[in-house]
Amino acid sequence: MPTSMIHIEGLTKRYGNTEALRGLSFTVPKGQVVGFLGPNGAGKSTTMRILAGYVTPTSGTATVGDLDVVQRAVEARRLIGYLPENNPLYEEMMVVDFLKFIAEVRQVPVSQRSARIKSAVERCGLGQVLGKDINQLSKGFRQRVGLAQAILHEPDLLILDEPTSGLDPNQIVEIRALIKDLGREKTVILSTHILSEVQSTCSRVLIVSGGQLVADDSPERLTSSGDGGEVTVVLASKFNQPLDAAAVGTGLRGVPGITQVDAVAGEGGNTLGFKLRHGVEDPRRSLFEHVVKQDLVLLEVRRTQVSLEDTFRKLTGQGSDAQPRKAA
Amino acid sequence: MESALAIAKREFRTFFGSPIAYIVLGGFLLLAGWLYFSPLFLIGQASLRNFFGLVPVLFVVLVPAVTMRAMAEERKSGTLELLLTMPMDDWQIVVGKFLASLGMVSVGLLWTLPYSLSVASMTGPGAPFDWGPVFAGYLGLLLLASAFIGLGLWGSALSKNQIVGFIVGLVLCFAFYFVDKFAALLPETLGQVLEFLSVDYHFENIARGVLDTRDLVFYLSLTAVGLVLTTRTLSSARQ
Repeated sequence: MPTSMIHIEGLTKRYGNTEALRGLSFTVPKGQVVGFLGPNGAGKSTTMRILAGYVTPTSGTATVGDLDVVQRAVEARRLIGYLPENNPLYEEMMVVDFLKFIAEVRQVPVSQRSARIKSAVERCGLGQVLGKDINQLSKGFRQRVGLAQAILHEPDLLILDEPTSGLDPNQIVEIRALIKDLGREKTVILSTHILSEVQSTCSRVLIVSGGQLVADDSPERLTSSGDGGEVTVVLASKFNQPLDAAAVGTGLRGVPGITQVDAVAGEGGNTLGFKLRHGVEDPRRSLFEHVVKQDLVLLEVRRTQVSLEDTFRKLTGQGSDAQPRKAA
Repeated sequence: MESALAIAKREFRTFFGSPIAYIVLGGFLLLAGWLYFSPLFLIGQASLRNFFGLVPVLFVVLVPAVTMRAMAEERKSGTLELLLTMPMDDWQIVVGKFLASLGMVSVGLLWTLPYSLSVASMTGPGAPFDWGPVFAGYLGLLLLASAFIGLGLWGSALSKNQIVGFIVGLVLCFAFYFVDKFAALLPETLGQVLEFLSVDYHFENIARGVLDTRDLVFYLSLTAVGLVLTTRTLSSARQ
């Protein structure tokens, strides 16, 4: 009974002297849309190519729908729709001929061929370019042809290697909407280094760096609390008399959950601003209670979100010795 | 096998959609025509001997020119990644390319059939034209082409560069054509070995109208060796 769509364990890949993957392991259950993040050369493409059957791992195992991608390669590949990095296509072919060719090579039953091509064409919005040669298409349309090719046989798993690279913002939005739509019924794993893309399309993020997994979590959790966050407060006294910044700061330091206090500019007059770092717990309630007890007025409490960019840079910046963070 | 046929069909169409096809096949037909017509007009002799005698040499150049882009182009444009991730075994790609190439060479040969027809129509009354050697000759040419295609495909699979593919194919085909040309000067046993390795020697046997299994086995095994080598090279492209 296959419960997971992708199961990767201890995957390594060596090209000569360079290690592209160093013991990568993760599992993707059915129906998840997973974003695969990492700096260039982190091993994203290698992992996806191993899953698609284009690269053979040096050691470790990878299964798709419980089929080993090396031992039972042909069967495993039947379950996969793959959009390679750079989207290679037969340039001199007409779009419709290319899709027919793919349907034949994939051995889509003759009786279903035209229906499958038609539905892929509709989903990817290729109706108006069917009779054009692929080399005449814009990049956005080329990418759609690549996606149409990948979904033609109605695969369970879609592997999309940088599906939006090189597209203009409008095309990116279109392709993303398409991926989101596809993600409703299929398992999707997509790689990108556009972080907002992950936030808008994926329910889970895997971050790799130096051939290892450094984070595995939902985009919300990676962008919020995790190992703490920041709260900015603006305070004033009850009767607008001047406040002693040092004393108030020391008081704030005593609030449970607050780990660090920095004074920042207030709003002018007799107001004070503080930037507070806190741990995993949300400190706002105790902060409010503290302020009331001190006879102060809370003019503003603002939680600052850690952006995915910050998390990404923190996790992938200092090389590969970071420990993977477990999903809750 | 369905996948192999799909690949063959696509390859065949692409070939005839490119100018290379017309240059290569045009050049072949021009030379073959000259080989046939020059004795006809110069000595007034209508014979296919010259034609069948020299087409193998033309194949040494024609076949690698037909096969040179088959694998190299897939590697260069990256579409090999697409093919290698399709649900089929690697040999299907090679067989598809092989069938397409054989089809292309057959198209070239098809245009030489009028020569035989014209020779047949010129035979005097009472001396019926013997079609046997003609059929045997064409069969021999197809077998020879298969062997060369196997070698040419391997050459093409070795690099991303079509020209490299062409040259490797040319050298291999030439070696198997030329190997027995000095056999007469060598000791007898060595000469026989070289003769057995020569595609031309086996072709002459067949073109004479004698269908010997040894000749068939030779061509089929040389073709198989070429295709197996191509498949191996292709599989190693998986890294």
